[in-house]
Amino acid sequence: MKKKRLIPVLLLRNGWLVQSKQFRRYQNLGNPTSAVKRLSEWASDELIYLDISRDDSYDMRRDDLGHPNRHSIFEIIEDVSKVAFMPITVGGRIRTLQEIEKRLSLGADKVALNTVAIEAPQFVETAAKEFGSQCIVISIDVKRQDETLLVMGRGGKQPTAYAPEDWAKTVEQLGAGEILLNSIDRDGMKNGYDLELLNRVTGAIKIPVIACGGVGEWAHFAEALEQTDVDAVAAANIFHYSDQSVFLAKKYLFDRGLNVRRPDLLEI
Amino acid sequence: MGSVCILDYGSGNVKSVFNLFSTIAKHIVISNDPEEIRQATHIVLPGVGAFSAAMRKIRERLPMEVLEQAVLSDKKPFLGICVGMQVLATRGMEFGEYLGLGWIGGSVEKVNSKHFPLPHIGWNKTSCKRDSPLLAGLGDDPDFYFVHSYAFRLENEQHMLAITSYGEEFCSVVQRENIYGVQFHPEKSQRTGIKLVKNFLSLS
Repeated sequence: MKKKRLIPVLLLRNGWLVQSKQFRRYQNLGNPTSAVKRLSEWASDELIYLDISRDDSYDMRRDDLGHPNRHSIFEIIEDVSKVAFMPITVGGRIRTLQEIEKRLSLGADKVALNTVAIEAPQFVETAAKEFGSQCIVISIDVKRQDETLLVMGRGGKQPTAYAPEDWAKTVEQLGAGEILLNSIDRDGMKNGYDLELLNRVTGAIKIPVIACGGVGEWAHFAEALEQTDVDAVAAANIFHYSDQSVFLAKKYLFDRGLNVRRPDLLEI
Repeated sequence: MGSVCILDYGSGNVKSVFNLFSTIAKHIVISNDPEEIRQATHIVLPGVGAFSAAMRKIRERLPMEVLEQAVLSDKKPFLGICVGMQVLATRGMEFGEYLGLGWIGGSVEKVNSKHFPLPHIGWNKTSCKRDSPLLAGLGDDPDFYFVHSYAFRLENEQHMLAITSYGEEFCSVVQRENIYGVQFHPEKSQRTGIKLVKNFLSLS
């Protein structure tokens, strides 16, 4: 049987690895490449790399980190694929087939699309036909407006008319291979996944759903795996603060009897 | 540890395969040059995409006589990855019927995944069916990373080294003499992938 996956998400903002809170506040965490190597050694199942930069400047601004300065998302993908022997998804600021192709050719395995899918849904179909469904991930950001769940575009700023389960169904029919489902309200809040959101979306579609947003302790991963049909659990902030974080999270899930890969410290 | 030639017929994942091999081997090239194939001790055929497109590009871009000399006569260890494994078969049934290399008897057919979605994407267990130096030291059922919809149906069960279950059991590792094939992606399978490649490179 296929394993459930544990996936660190790396948020990149103008060349820095950052943590985010409700898509509004950002704090710098350091060099994106050395972070990936660390996460790879700790037995992540995949990596998701989201570029949430505001402009095209990727200047790392310091050169005392033992790595050369990196100026583009492309150089970063290239570096990352040399140290991370696992599937890598790259998202953020992708609008054309050429932009997808370039990321794949540099070592990404999948791309995550968000705003472009909302503004031009047919692009999902075109991209899936060109590169295969297996490499098209649709990232869906959801916010609660009163008691209604609403899909948001443009980095969480632009409301759409879609309920998350309807939008997920639409992109599934267009050929999406996977859904990355993020709760804006839970982002950086450490109070656990929005389980209602996860259940509504997994109940509507067949393709795998990756849960994201809100993890504050390992038990939150288990909660989603035990109480919903998600295929993978992802998180960003929690993995960056403790030594061997992914390994410890994986061990927690494995010891609890969940269907995850055996936790292993990678030694090359 | 020998010298490796990774064949490049225009399939996407050559760079990732190269990156993984370069953590282990010193002499490694991505090339279709007859001279490089003659000098290599180990030959690797990566692959993603559809069977027919892969076979067409293989016939167009690879020096087949030199390759067959190296693999079938000189018996150099050969590793096919994903579609690079599938094309070893006699024929493939994706988008019609197409001839494969025919180095291992069998056909490539759609996985009967029952209610599970295709493509089969993710980490899955690989259960070893017989002892082999390729799978040495990996335990009984190591996890590897898969991305595929079609699988190799062997004519001769003797060529089956390992199976994986996804709706049905399919062959995930094949071997005939010096010719090996894996349905999964060692270059995306972290520790287990690295170990498998190390095992491959110690074959002679």
